[in-house]
Amino acid sequence: MKHVKTLNTKKLCNGCGECQTSVGNQTCE
Amino acid sequence: MIHQYKNNGYNIVMDVNSGAIHVVDDLMYDMIEKFQELSKEELIQAMQEKHPEIAVDVMEEAYSEIQDLKDQQALFVEDAYEPYIDEFTDRPNVVKALCLHIAHDCNLACEYCFADEGTYNGMPKELMSLEVGKKALDFLVENSGNRRNLEVDFFGGEPLLNWEVVKGIVNYGRELEKTHDKKFRFTLTTNGVRLNDEIMEFANKEMGNVVLSIDGRPEVHNRMRPFPSGAASYDIVMPKFQKFAESRNQTNYYVRGTFTRNNKDFAKDVLHLADLGFKEISVEPVVTDPKEPYALQEEDLPELFAEYDELAAEMVKRYKKDNEFNFFHFMIDLAGGPCVYKRLSGCGSGTEYLAVTPTGDLYPCHQFVGKKDFLMGNIFEGVKNNELRDQFKKCNVYSKDKCRNCFAKFYCSGGCAANSYNAHGNINDAYDLGCELQKKRIECAIMIKAAEAELDAEE
Repeated sequence: MKHVKTLNTKKLCNGCGECQTSVGNQTCE
Repeated sequence: MIHQYKNNGYNIVMDVNSGAIHVVDDLMYDMIEKFQELSKEELIQAMQEKHPEIAVDVMEEAYSEIQDLKDQQALFVEDAYEPYIDEFTDRPNVVKALCLHIAHDCNLACEYCFADEGTYNGMPKELMSLEVGKKALDFLVENSGNRRNLEVDFFGGEPLLNWEVVKGIVNYGRELEKTHDKKFRFTLTTNGVRLNDEIMEFANKEMGNVVLSIDGRPEVHNRMRPFPSGAASYDIVMPKFQKFAESRNQTNYYVRGTFTRNNKDFAKDVLHLADLGFKEISVEPVVTDPKEPYALQEEDLPELFAEYDELAAEMVKRYKKDNEFNFFHFMIDLAGGPCVYKRLSGCGSGTEYLAVTPTGDLYPCHQFVGKKDFLMGNIFEGVKNNELRDQFKKCNVYSKDKCRNCFAKFYCSGGCAANSYNAHGNINDAYDLGCELQKKRIECAIMIKAAEAELDAEE
């Protein structure tokens, strides 16, 4: 595409609760 | 839902419900703004008036790209989550994290301290016993269901005033790991006054993260973080923090400061810490009674926004250079990040995360400790106030009118319940000044990602 560069290709993952208590920079565990 | 903005020369378009983020040229930026309300012919005509220098076939091409993104579910995606929110609030009660108030006492007298030097709304000065600490870990294990990763934060007051008990609790936790299929992540927050080599060595072995409280430039730090005598603390703690950060290989820690109305030029404090060699930095806005002379006010927002912009631009300049650093509130994971369940529910205060006082009382989080209406129970008998727990359980971005249609909802998760309560007397509202700053920080964080992607492409 000439007019756009998409920064992220991974869509929101639509839980297990194993991730750290916090959200924006969290890692899925 | 679309949010689009310009920052540092970048045109950024966020498709909120899919999580897709695009950097676009000026033409596409203007076309996306009107794409949903105008027909193709009307849109092209509007663009011809606004951009007479651009050929129509180029506009047709941009229109086609927007349509492609829409077809790929990367633009104008509808909210697919709200219909399931009732099931979401019926989730089982599981506790996975505790904030242990290991000491309701402190050896500094910070002017902005929400914990009143560790006494939390007039509670007595006291230290947690090892027995209470062990019982708290038992409570956590018993109430954690099938969660394997458990977290325990040593908080205060100043935890190093009760260091032997901290070590005893950690050692007890390691024993529990052997007999239960659990893994403890311990963390520590300290003002650094009592830091020594023995404490650093133990913390480097056992603490997954340490938070080191320092506000930035000496005059800024000393004004707000004196000893009770009024004496300055910067020269006491700074060398220890530098040594501590180095001993952790500049990872798994934060130097963490608070900025107030006294230092609205807080970017200078961030850069002061960065130029001293710290790589993991957080300098955050004070949240306090708006009547305090150092409280941030709505009229300060333009100045604070400009400061965040300046800091973000400086971080882009330092990208991949020896003097680059991380800034907590600009850290954002666009390639991964947590699932929607987590993004909707936020920190889990009052449900998955509880605070424990030195005597074993349970509160929704450290910010609520000492507020009698928020006493939830204790570690000996468990959570007794189920009505309060249910209130927190139902607290999510869709339960807050201000959040439901906010572009930041999946990066902010509805904000801090305590800040909302302190501002409006209701955990399902939002602290407006904090919202404005949070939205600005998210915009800056995404701009930094756009700039880094561009710099990577140039290599």
